[in-house]
Amino acid sequence: MSALPAAMAALSMLGRLRRFGGAGEGLHGRTKAFDTGSGAVKKLPGQLLASGVSMDHLDVLESRTIYILREAFNKIDKLAMLWSLGKDSNVMLWCAKKAFFGHVPFPLVNIDTGMKFPEMYEFRDRYIKEWNLDCLIAQCPPVEEMDPTLPPAARSAARKTAALKRVLREQGYTGVIAGIRRDEEGTRAKERVFSPRSEQNTWNFRDQPPEFWDQFNTDFPPGTHLRVHPILHWTEIDIWRYTKREAIPLVPLYFSRNGKRYRSLGDKNITFPVDSQASTLDEIISELMETKIAERTGRAMDHEAEDSFERLRADGYM
Amino acid sequence: MNDQSSRADVQTTLPLKIVIVGHVDHGKSTLIGRLFHDTGSLPDGKLEAIQAMSERRGMPFEWAFLMDALQAERDQGITIDVSHIHFRTNAREYVLIDAPGHREFVKNMITGAAQADAAVLVVDAREGMQEQTRRHAYLLHLLGIRQVVVAINKMDLVDYNEARFQQVSAEVRDYLAGLGIDLRHTLLIPVSARDGDNIVSLGKTMPWYDGETLAQSLDGLQPPVPSLDLPLRLPVQDVYKFDDRRIIAGRIESGHLRQGDILLFSPSNKRARIQSIEAWPTRGQVLACRAGQSIGVTLDEQIFVERGEIASLDTNPPMLTNVFRGRIFWLGHQPLMAGRRYKMKLCTAQYPVDVEKIEKVIDVNDLGTVAADRVERNAIAEVIFRTRAQIPLDPFDHNGITGRFVIVDEFDIVGGGLINMDGYADQRLSQRIKSTNIFRVEHRVPIEERWQQNGHRGGVLWMTGLSGSGKSTLAFSLEQYLFRKGYQVYVLDGDNVRHGLCSDLGFSPEDRVENIRRVGHAAILFARAGFLCITAFISPYRADRERVRALAPELFHEVFIDADLKTCEERDPKGLYAKARRGEIDDFTGISAPYEAPVNAEVRLDTSHQTVEASLAELSDYVMRQFAITAH
Repeated sequence: MSALPAAMAALSMLGRLRRFGGAGEGLHGRTKAFDTGSGAVKKLPGQLLASGVSMDHLDVLESRTIYILREAFNKIDKLAMLWSLGKDSNVMLWCAKKAFFGHVPFPLVNIDTGMKFPEMYEFRDRYIKEWNLDCLIAQCPPVEEMDPTLPPAARSAARKTAALKRVLREQGYTGVIAGIRRDEEGTRAKERVFSPRSEQNTWNFRDQPPEFWDQFNTDFPPGTHLRVHPILHWTEIDIWRYTKREAIPLVPLYFSRNGKRYRSLGDKNITFPVDSQASTLDEIISELMETKIAERTGRAMDHEAEDSFERLRADGYM
Repeated sequence: MNDQSSRADVQTTLPLKIVIVGHVDHGKSTLIGRLFHDTGSLPDGKLEAIQAMSERRGMPFEWAFLMDALQAERDQGITIDVSHIHFRTNAREYVLIDAPGHREFVKNMITGAAQADAAVLVVDAREGMQEQTRRHAYLLHLLGIRQVVVAINKMDLVDYNEARFQQVSAEVRDYLAGLGIDLRHTLLIPVSARDGDNIVSLGKTMPWYDGETLAQSLDGLQPPVPSLDLPLRLPVQDVYKFDDRRIIAGRIESGHLRQGDILLFSPSNKRARIQSIEAWPTRGQVLACRAGQSIGVTLDEQIFVERGEIASLDTNPPMLTNVFRGRIFWLGHQPLMAGRRYKMKLCTAQYPVDVEKIEKVIDVNDLGTVAADRVERNAIAEVIFRTRAQIPLDPFDHNGITGRFVIVDEFDIVGGGLINMDGYADQRLSQRIKSTNIFRVEHRVPIEERWQQNGHRGGVLWMTGLSGSGKSTLAFSLEQYLFRKGYQVYVLDGDNVRHGLCSDLGFSPEDRVENIRRVGHAAILFARAGFLCITAFISPYRADRERVRALAPELFHEVFIDADLKTCEERDPKGLYAKARRGEIDDFTGISAPYEAPVNAEVRLDTSHQTVEASLAELSDYVMRQFAITAH
């Protein structure tokens, strides 16, 4: 195969550059990060030559999310988006409005456990009206109907899976868009953007299809459905920076009250706040740049047993 | 407070994506765990959680459990699927992509590596390079990853021996050099991932090594350069009509565009001007967009364009072709077979594609090539594909995105490939009509009257075949024979037209296409004048011959002069094969340029095995039958 001449030229030029990258200020003034001593990363001259406003990190994330949403809309006949009312979900919905020029051309599904915080219900009802959303509210079956071998919090969370399965069956959706991210949790880190689910909704993580070059697996046998993950490649701090830049509305529980705030929102019986003084978007972003506490620390179902979350997800949890 | 808000506003660059590859059990996951721990990137409690998981399985502390999130992975001690995990040094942020090293999971390794900007190749110092080390190195190169750091791991198990490090390093260097990789920028670092030696700090165990640590070498890698300088490529992803706007949506894969630019859509060849660039929420008018952006535009004319077309500027459009060569990696459970039909996806387009020929299969162990009629799972090969319609594409070395494709079999992606058009022409060249205001005029002599006067029908007898197959010999013999019988007959011969009509053309793929285009039109003019026109040209491309046929299908007769390459080379009447073999002639059909045999020729003559007289008799019989006034 012929080598990319331009890339090779750039590389040989960089080979020279890197020798000059002596000790310097890091790009982030983060005190806790380990200093490897090789200094700041040089910007390529090629990036400076181009005309127009350059794309920053958030633009790149947003553009890929829009691309994925447009692929899903083009390829999937019966498509819906799960709207959990959380920060990630709202970023995803915002990107959908960008992708489709102010419209949301598919219904939203809100899985209602009946155990959410009142602030979340207020938020939902307000934005359904304000944004003129087509939102289906799906009620969850009682916990007694869930697999009794699951640990208590996981068993409670399994109600959402059951409600989701019922909605899929009743509405005949062949694709659902979900706002999970790779950096949240280990099994999500292994997800595909277009992830197939069997008729029983199960995730066959042992044999996932290949997915590369933004060519997604969009063809599946009848009876199966697709989970589409348009913000899989974002991190928690990306979500906050983008929320700030775009001024996307949020449930107020994320901001500190009396020294505590929620980093991740779930059912009120199995979700706990973390210690935090961060009461503005800027303070949250600063806090996240320093913290070593995992995002889902306050989500009890992740921590009851080594594989409790894996079991939930294999069974069809988001 | 001020300090906090300014830090929150820090514009971050994209994290550099690094894939960690190598043979199973050479310590990839352990190396990542160590890198995380030693840069202080582990979340609180994770270390204890890994400790607990290890104890539960009666194992010493197992770093791999950081990435191997699945129960099955921990229980079997192997990574099954690719995982992504974020960390940062003071220099920048990274996403580490942990790719499985087991042979079973090459599809997952490619899934991970295809997104990476750079790679760390992990090699066990005891075992040296193994099959998957070589396969991964080859695939990295094939996927276009040009920055590779080599970590020679498990130095603790070879007593931190420098000689052993040099020995393994030499083995790796030799292999990479064999792939054509420029080794000046490839760092090789001795490490012990288990103990953290030379991962983020130089350990005391290898005083003979004073180069960069693994973390330092990562900080020296370069982010990808956006493809802004390349010609515009905007594959149409969808066309929306949610309100009164008709918006063409897509992602700019290379180049840039402005409001007012004229877009050329391929393959439909329609043109329209960009009226507006649409965006939500509206914050002032957008006037220009660039590579990487997902955009939407409206056009000044309501032309019909659909998903899959590629928009470009007029000056530098993608190639159009119905045949191309792909260097592919195959992931299907069933082998790729010559003659089979698959579905291919190139950007947003999807086409049926036939495997015309498997040129060679590459052995990743010794980089040798073999001929084969199938490509097995996880193998790499060069394959000629053919589509029914003309499709827009670019050679991979011109454009990394419009120059690659995936293959789908039923419901599954079963392979990916990079396009190489060496020896194949851009078929767009032959479609251009440069003059305008041209009208056809009707002749007042009907063609049937010409036939009556001549005593036979007119037409083209188009001979195609390798150099030395006998085209000219047969053409001139047939001309003489028919002329004596009273036919209006004339031969257009390759060598002759190149002295006049085509004297400005060489033998590059593009010139060959133009040569055949001119000869084709000339031959059809003869046929319309009532003549029987015999042509004797190699005419190696099927598409070119089909285009001549399309000018006047009722007049066109294709004659395949079928002699195998060996026979032609032995005859070598002009000494050309010998020259081509010595490398003195470029683009010589059969040696360094392709010959595409006809599929449905009206006549096929096996001139390897039958005499000139026998072939001549067969041909003249055909002419008597097909060119008689009473024929059809």
